[in-house]
Amino acid sequence: MKTTTLAVGFIPLTDAAPLILAQEMGYAAEEGIALDLKRAPSWSSLRDMLSFGRVDAAHMLSPVPVAAALGLGGAGAALSAVSVLSVNGNVIGVSNALAEKLRAQGHDFGFDDARAAGEALIAATDTTLRIGVPFPFSMHAELLYYWLSALGLSVPEALQVRTVPPPLMADAMEAGEIDAFCVGEPWGSMAVENGVGALLLPGTAIWSFAPEKVLAVRSDWAETEQSLLGRLIRATWRAGRWLSEPDSRSLTAEILSRPEYLGVPAEVLDRALAGRMVISAQGEERQVPGMLEFHAGAATFPWRSQAEWIGRQLAARAGIDPDAAGRAARATFRSDLHRAALAGTSADLPGASSKLEGSLTARLPVASESGKLYLGPDRFFDGRIFEPRET
Amino acid sequence: MSSAQLSIAIVETDRERALLIQQSLRDAGEYEIHVVSEITGLARRIQQLSPDVVLIDLESPSRDTLEELALASGPLERPVAMFVDRSGDGLTDAAIEAGVSAYVVDGLKPQRVKPVLDAAIARFRMFQRMRTELAETKRALEERKVIDRAKGMLMKARGVGEDEAYALLRKAAMDQGKRVADVAQALVTAAGLLG
Repeated sequence: MKTTTLAVGFIPLTDAAPLILAQEMGYAAEEGIALDLKRAPSWSSLRDMLSFGRVDAAHMLSPVPVAAALGLGGAGAALSAVSVLSVNGNVIGVSNALAEKLRAQGHDFGFDDARAAGEALIAATDTTLRIGVPFPFSMHAELLYYWLSALGLSVPEALQVRTVPPPLMADAMEAGEIDAFCVGEPWGSMAVENGVGALLLPGTAIWSFAPEKVLAVRSDWAETEQSLLGRLIRATWRAGRWLSEPDSRSLTAEILSRPEYLGVPAEVLDRALAGRMVISAQGEERQVPGMLEFHAGAATFPWRSQAEWIGRQLAARAGIDPDAAGRAARATFRSDLHRAALAGTSADLPGASSKLEGSLTARLPVASESGKLYLGPDRFFDGRIFEPRET
Repeated sequence: MSSAQLSIAIVETDRERALLIQQSLRDAGEYEIHVVSEITGLARRIQQLSPDVVLIDLESPSRDTLEELALASGPLERPVAMFVDRSGDGLTDAAIEAGVSAYVVDGLKPQRVKPVLDAAIARFRMFQRMRTELAETKRALEERKVIDRAKGMLMKARGVGEDEAYALLRKAAMDQGKRVADVAQALVTAAGLLG
């Protein structure tokens, strides 16, 4: 098989691992492709690089293809999410001053109770809480809006969500531009490492199975390059399965820490991979089950219902018709292409392409080809269940 | 005409580069030009200036902040867009290739921005070429040094002249299908280990 080189963009984050390891561990080569990995400086530039054909595929925030379909942001091509690359992986952090205030109020930084942490945060806020997120269309923003508005914080009077690129998050906090942040690893841990803040909560405490990054391609490219697309999906799926093995962890951290990828110490990268977070400069540790998933619970499967949830959340804030937005959103998560690419492999995929989001409180077996597929818990912290309108 | 003068904000942390872009824009026409060089507080600064066009390096991480700003006043009425459309005259591709992107912060006619982008693209490209040349020259110099050291070691160890030492290196490189510089590097490294 002739090796075809695909240009693939990524942002320096721990959850770019499936693409980086697909190349480094030879999963791409096994499929007859080589990934020319291009590190992008910002989400908007990566989206535009993809839209205008400078890269063939990209590591992308799950709401970006949905936002593009709703006409929010960007002027380029229609985008498709063909796999979920990672589930969860974000942390919420607060400035040292705010952390001190929270502790003085008696908050224990237990790192598992979103309601307790959110109520403490609201109680500690006198005027407007300024929170940094990496991009306007991101799971970070969605989790924050969902979490704090469910607890009664009014947007935008009491909550200002500001865009700060992940590697600059710690700087923005140090400069006093923001009081808190929600960011993907390792940048939350780097803020702790640099002594500018403390971690309050992992994203998984708000939604325990949130699709974080997707493998995004141009929709027309997905149609015309089905063979290449299939190879890319299989290579990243296998990399994700390898990444989920505990024995892969230290090698993963070493590879990601190289200057051309993340350029962050392996020890700091290991925290999210191990689900063992250091939350303060004093070295307090917290265990976080499901901190960052690449494989378990059919993590890579792009559920249409996840897209619909994102689409309806975006529509509510942008003031557009929620039903139309839900439909447009569903079409961007290509469970059909994901299924087609993995047919004939050992991948066990769910029988349905849509599910109730937030209904599972424990591991549950579901209908699948082998009958041995388990989905993990996917609860929202407030126990609400999202029922997709279309199936 | 002064009331219709186009105002342009250039977001660029590299001062030299910003000055050159500014200069090339002045050559292209009469514009009101602001240079923003601080990344922190970028959104606030742009809001104050409220320029017609923002020119920002595609490689700048602070682009995301601008995107938020452009969305802030109603995402549907004011889409963030690279101002050139895909059916255009290749300007989009040229802009992307050169690493320039322009965001229309207000409704603005593309033809008014074209000379601005043309000038900026030319400057960005020139800088890109200069950077590449510099990097290449540095690399070549480094390799030269390593090859000279390897040659010196061979001359001493084998008691041969310079030309013969180089011939030995070249032959080893050809036999192994490697570059002379890589073989020289391997020799120097090995010698270092052996003390």
